[in-house]
Amino acid sequence: MTPEPTVLAWTEAELGVEGGVLEVVRAPRPVLATPGERVDPTAPDVVQLAADLVATMRVSPGCVGLAAPQVGIGAQVFCVDVSAHPKTRGHHGTFVLCNAEVLEASRNERAREGCMSVPDLTGDVKRASRVVVRGELPGSGTEVTLAAEAFEARALQHEIDHCAGLLFLDRVAGAHAVHHRKTYL
Amino acid sequence: MTRHAITVLGHDRPGIIADTTGRLAGLGLNLEDSTMTLLRGHFAMTLVCQGDAPEAEIATALAPLTDDGTLTVTVREVPAEPSYEPAGSPWVLTVHGGDRPGIVSSVVGEVAQVGGNITDLTTRLAGDLYLLVAEIDLPAATDVDALRVSVDAAAAALGVGATLRPAEADEL
Repeated sequence: MTPEPTVLAWTEAELGVEGGVLEVVRAPRPVLATPGERVDPTAPDVVQLAADLVATMRVSPGCVGLAAPQVGIGAQVFCVDVSAHPKTRGHHGTFVLCNAEVLEASRNERAREGCMSVPDLTGDVKRASRVVVRGELPGSGTEVTLAAEAFEARALQHEIDHCAGLLFLDRVAGAHAVHHRKTYL
Repeated sequence: MTRHAITVLGHDRPGIIADTTGRLAGLGLNLEDSTMTLLRGHFAMTLVCQGDAPEAEIATALAPLTDDGTLTVTVREVPAEPSYEPAGSPWVLTVHGGDRPGIVSSVVGEVAQVGGNITDLTTRLAGDLYLLVAEIDLPAATDVDALRVSVDAAAAALGVGATLRPAEADEL
C-alpha cells in the first residue's frame, strides 16, 4: 500500500505548540466508556491536545497510539505511530487524526491486544487487517483519507474505538479470549 | 461404564494436573471434558471422565491429593447428558466498569428473562475494573434490539457499560 503523502509527511512540528505529558487514565473511568465529542481540528485547545497526545505517547514505553479519552478528555482525537513496532508493515509514521472514521475494512485477523488504560488484561480481538480511514489533521484541518494495513490498521481501529467509547474488552472474541497480562512494558 | 464429575480446588502448585490425571489414568478412566483455571490464584479444575471404576475407588485414588490440606477434591457420579446443540444464535456479552456487587446477577438476569442460555462465562477483577464476558445462545425468536436495551438499562443502573454482539465464527 502506498502511504498517503500528506499524512506520511506530517509531524507534530506542524502544530506549532509544545506538547505536555498527561496522565493516562485507566478503566473503569467513565470517560473511557463514553463516546467522544466531534472536534474542530483547528481550535487551539484541539491543537494543544494533539501535541499533548503525541508527547504522552512518546514517553510511554511500547505505546503505539493514544486517544483523547485515555487522557480523560471525551473527544474524537488520537495519535498513532507504529513505525518502530515489529509487527508493522506499511505505515504513516507519527500522525494525529480528528473525527476519524473507518470507511472500508477487510481481511479480518485475530490477534492479542493490550491497552495502557487496561493494564492488567489482554484480549484476543478480530479486526480488519486492511482499512481505509478518513479523518482531519489537527492544526490545518486538512481532510485526509488513508489506507492502512496490518498493525497500523489494527492500531487505527483500536484508537477509533476509544473515541467511540469502546475498549478492546468490548470486542474480545469470547469468554476465553481475555487474559491476565503476563509481561508489562 | 459410568461417568464421574471431579472437582479439584485449592492452593496452586506445579503438578496438580499431572498428579490428578495420572491417578485417573491408572484406573483406566477416560477424560472426556475438562477445564482448569486460576481464580484469584486458586487452582480450580473440573473434569468429567468415563470408565468402570466405582466412585469410592476414584475417591480413594485421589485422596493423596488432599494430604497436605491445601486441596479439596470431590467425586460425583453424573448421568450422561445429551450433547449440547445450540438452538439459537451465538452472541458475546461484555460488561465492564467499576467493581460492585450484583453486576453479574443483574445483567445475566436480563439474558435469562428472554430464555438466553449462557454457554461460557469469564469474570475478571483487575484493580477497580470488573469485567464479565459471556457467550450466549439466544432463542431464534429473540428480539435482540429489545434485549440490548434491557441489558444496557441494567448495566447503566449499576454504573457499568455493556456490549452485546454476534459471536463471529470463521467458516473455512
